[in-house]
Amino acid sequence: MFHWLEQRPFFFTVVLFLFISFAGIIEVIPDFAKASQPLVGTKPYSVLELAGRQVYIKDSCNACHSQLIRPFKSETDRYGMYSLSGEYAYDRPFLWGSKRTGPDLLRVGNYRTTDWHENHMMAPAEVVPGTVMPAYPHQFTNIADIATAYANANTQKEVFAVPYDKEGMPKLGSWEEAKAAALEEAKVIAADMKNQNVKDAVANGEIPEIVAMIAYLNSLK
Amino acid sequence: MQDNAQTIEYDYSIAKAFTFATILFGIIGMTVGVILAFQLAFPGLNNLAGEYGTFSRLRPLHTNGVAYGFTLSGIFATWYYVGQRVLKVSLKESPFLMGVAKLHFALYFITILLAVVTLISGITTSKEYAELEWPLDLLVVVWWVLWGISLFGLIGIRRERTLYISLWYYIACFVAVAMLYLFNNMEIPTMLFANGAPSSFMHSISMYAGTNDALVQWWFGHNAVAFVFTTPIIAMIYYFLPKESGQNVYSYKLSILAFWGLMFVYLWAGGHHLVYSTVPDWMQTMGSVMSVVLILPSWGSAINMLLTMKGEWGQLQTSPLIKFMVLASTFYMLSTIEGPIQAIKSVNAIAHFTDWIPGHVHDGVLGWVVFMIMSALFHMAPRMFGREIYSKSLMETQFWLQTTAIVLYFTSMWIAGITQGMMWRAYDEYGSLLYSFIDTVTVLQPYYTIRAVGGLMYLIGFFMFAYNMYKTATAGRVLDKEPTNASPMGA
Repeated sequence: MFHWLEQRPFFFTVVLFLFISFAGIIEVIPDFAKASQPLVGTKPYSVLELAGRQVYIKDSCNACHSQLIRPFKSETDRYGMYSLSGEYAYDRPFLWGSKRTGPDLLRVGNYRTTDWHENHMMAPAEVVPGTVMPAYPHQFTNIADIATAYANANTQKEVFAVPYDKEGMPKLGSWEEAKAAALEEAKVIAADMKNQNVKDAVANGEIPEIVAMIAYLNSLK
Repeated sequence: MQDNAQTIEYDYSIAKAFTFATILFGIIGMTVGVILAFQLAFPGLNNLAGEYGTFSRLRPLHTNGVAYGFTLSGIFATWYYVGQRVLKVSLKESPFLMGVAKLHFALYFITILLAVVTLISGITTSKEYAELEWPLDLLVVVWWVLWGISLFGLIGIRRERTLYISLWYYIACFVAVAMLYLFNNMEIPTMLFANGAPSSFMHSISMYAGTNDALVQWWFGHNAVAFVFTTPIIAMIYYFLPKESGQNVYSYKLSILAFWGLMFVYLWAGGHHLVYSTVPDWMQTMGSVMSVVLILPSWGSAINMLLTMKGEWGQLQTSPLIKFMVLASTFYMLSTIEGPIQAIKSVNAIAHFTDWIPGHVHDGVLGWVVFMIMSALFHMAPRMFGREIYSKSLMETQFWLQTTAIVLYFTSMWIAGITQGMMWRAYDEYGSLLYSFIDTVTVLQPYYTIRAVGGLMYLIGFFMFAYNMYKTATAGRVLDKEPTNASPMGA
């Protein structure tokens, strides 16, 4: 039979396709609907947090930091409660990472503070001697892209029925409303920071990347 | 078969263009890799180019550069060489397919250049090996379809009725990557729903969320490895090793078994990237079990290749090209036994998230993929340029330098990975974690240094290859007729 196929490229390709698609059909599809259900109490990200998440992606933090706590005592002791599927229901894309050059960050909001992140992102080696993490001073001067974060949230709301603007859930509203809300949220973070340029920028209505980043990291719990 | 070949004049212009791209993107991708390795050993090197020079920004550039720049170029270069020869038809015979091939190269080259620019600017989806944003994804689809037209078009006008083994693997590469790439890159450009906000044109979000996204991603991620770093490379060794050595493939039956076995089993194994994660337990177990089963078809191909040299092992002494290919096959065996070991749940508990994983990847890619692609291009050079390979002694030096480099790379990463994995889970006598995280980082410094040195040696070897190829094309002794088997080499 295989010899017959080798002389008929069309049927060869069809049979080949059946062979390779088999695993995906059996493995990927069955639990798709179940795995995407949010846990009770899981909320979508605010626009500012999403902007921070985008900075996290832009600077590829996931190349070195995981967001997945495995069910081992050594991991729950170090990072907190192990991961549950429903916690990730609003993560597009997922950011589990595949390498822990640095520690897991899934619940970093439970044990690090705004000023810790501020010092650490500016000069990691001064906070953690011996670290191999690069410094990210550019996040203190680059302005966060709140408009794209808003488009991101609105896409999630309209295409994937993520419950923004529902009762007890984060408010999205129009672009103007969302922009104003993000700035208010940023002011709260900037108040805990000491970098004068960041404080000035927020006072002038601009949100540096670091503020959005810290909002996102603080939301990881 | 060989007599017939002399009467058809094959066209190597596209193969040459892709050979150039292979070398260019190889240099870029591997140089970035060496920079990354030194940054881990000496973190001060992160801040030489502002935000564009950090480890995190450069890492996707390295992975995409070597996988989609270097390796894909190598696959296309060999396709545009091997395809014509095993099908007994010249690209020149069809002006249409020639045009498609040229367009394929041009669009491919532009895409990779755009990929470099966007990735270094931080425009990325974050999904590993699928980092390119949606406009680039669309470009990729266009030239992948063009490659498909070239592949099946040439098959359509073939003179040799039976498809040679190499073609099975090229077809598998085409079909599987198309399927995987389409499904994993399903994304929605957010500017469509910006609702008046001046949002970025390039940004998109995944169609899948959380655990589902992870599942689709590693179904893709693992099999992108299978169908870019494995099947087309097997296509190469099935053609180039018998050609260069003048030996018949050891067993036709084994090649059938290995091919269909690999096709059926490989796709299941993606779940081993998600062991102890939140995907359903049965999927993790399937991933583990199938990874172990995968040893059979992988070793089937590798053993088939090694036994092809039966009775002719003396060629290992006389030809550095044979040496490269036999070692490539051997590293394929090493890598395909190491992977299944790491997929076993209890081993995975230690190995996952550590440097043992990049160690595993690199004994596969440095030892198998890059060695095989370089061998293929070395074999093609005298036929494409009508000249002798410029320097045999340079090939010998390169072989030993790079082999030593690989050993330094994977041994240091094995030690680093297992050390770190054990330290993360160590408890003291009072039941507290013994090490803080930073202890498990600083302990790796010597291993990171050894790895960086190994990487640098490998890169120097690659420059030797590039120089040897350049001299072959421009200054090698001109051949009066095409060599049949062993490639002629100058001193």
